[in-house]
Amino acid sequence: MPDSRFKVLTSASTSGPGDAGRTGSWRVERPIIDYSRCTPAKTGKASCHLCWLYCPDNVVSKTLEPKIDLEYCKGCGICAEECPVKAIEMVSEEQFVKGGEDE
Amino acid sequence: MTTAAKTNVLNLSTEEFVHPGNRACSGCGLSILYRIGLKALGRDCIFVVPPSCLTVMQGLFPIAASQMPILNGTFASTAAIATGVRAAMKRRGKQTQVVAWAGDGGTADIGIQALSGALERNEDIIYICYDNEAYMNTGVQRSGTTPQGGLTTTTPYGKKEQGKNLPEIVAAHNPAYVATCSASYPLDFHDKLLKAKQISGLKYIHIQTPCPPGWGCEERMTVKIGKAAIDCGLFDLYEIEDGKKQLSEPSRKLLKKAKLPSVQEYLSMQTRFKALSDEQIAVMQERIDQKWADYRQEFCAE
Repeated sequence: MPDSRFKVLTSASTSGPGDAGRTGSWRVERPIIDYSRCTPAKTGKASCHLCWLYCPDNVVSKTLEPKIDLEYCKGCGICAEECPVKAIEMVSEEQFVKGGEDE
Repeated sequence: MTTAAKTNVLNLSTEEFVHPGNRACSGCGLSILYRIGLKALGRDCIFVVPPSCLTVMQGLFPIAASQMPILNGTFASTAAIATGVRAAMKRRGKQTQVVAWAGDGGTADIGIQALSGALERNEDIIYICYDNEAYMNTGVQRSGTTPQGGLTTTTPYGKKEQGKNLPEIVAAHNPAYVATCSASYPLDFHDKLLKAKQISGLKYIHIQTPCPPGWGCEERMTVKIGKAAIDCGLFDLYEIEDGKKQLSEPSRKLLKKAKLPSVQEYLSMQTRFKALSDEQIAVMQERIDQKWADYRQEFCAE
């Protein structure tokens, strides 16, 4: 059977972010990182990175100062729970709405 | 026994294969595994996925959250489809790794005959079962691996029967490689996948995957619960290669402890075990103690 016959039958999706939309809107609590306590940010050396390892949604960066992509962060709080120095705090989203910073 | 390189957080690849904004629930254990597992498997892979949470997570048409080629099949035929894809790759002279990634329902209940067949034929595929101990994708119905006493929507007073010990069922087929992993130890899973890639024949990996909505816990507790299950000795991490069983590091260190923490601690973290009576918990604890007494005899004698 020629290969072209198979191509007709495929219905492949294209790969990209945001399959479920901007999942940041699911969030109830927002993770805020205190860089004065975060080990890699404080020492300036690559270390720890557990927030990046355990993030289920691939929104934490593996950088000296970890950055969280709030557009897609679902706010599960695993990073805050697993941070060995408790540098991440989960803050209610309500505060940001009142401040007019709603994203 | 082949030894694989130990990956740590610092030398783990930053290349990502899964996009953010997928349909997985917040705090999903499977998401952690899928993200880290793909880093070990690399790009030269084809996935076969039956209906499961992973089907939802990978995305609905026209956007896919994963960057890997995925073939969706029926529940009962995951291992059979993987066999076919592997045969087609062989015919084309490609080394492409075929990975079947199914849930516990698709492996322990509906797909077990296809898996058993593939095991007997010793097909050259990796079969991964992520075990969240119920049919979570369709709304938490009981499955073959749901533990005794567990509450699900179809067992509102707690499941009466014991859960299947799936990795032992698979190990009884004597495949090339059997391993158990946990979503709380993604690097252990990463290393086991690297090892499995080097072995020919069927490689089976069983992963305990905490599921916040199904197990009844806070989303942030996913990793903690998985660790608690291992620390109390209820679930153990091991690998079986050429018929020889070896405990993996998180479980091996428990051998040195005279007494393990009570299983009660793990059970009380989840609402699905709230129907358990004290007698049932005592029986569960007794089984765990017996298992570890056997392990001590088996592994400490050497």
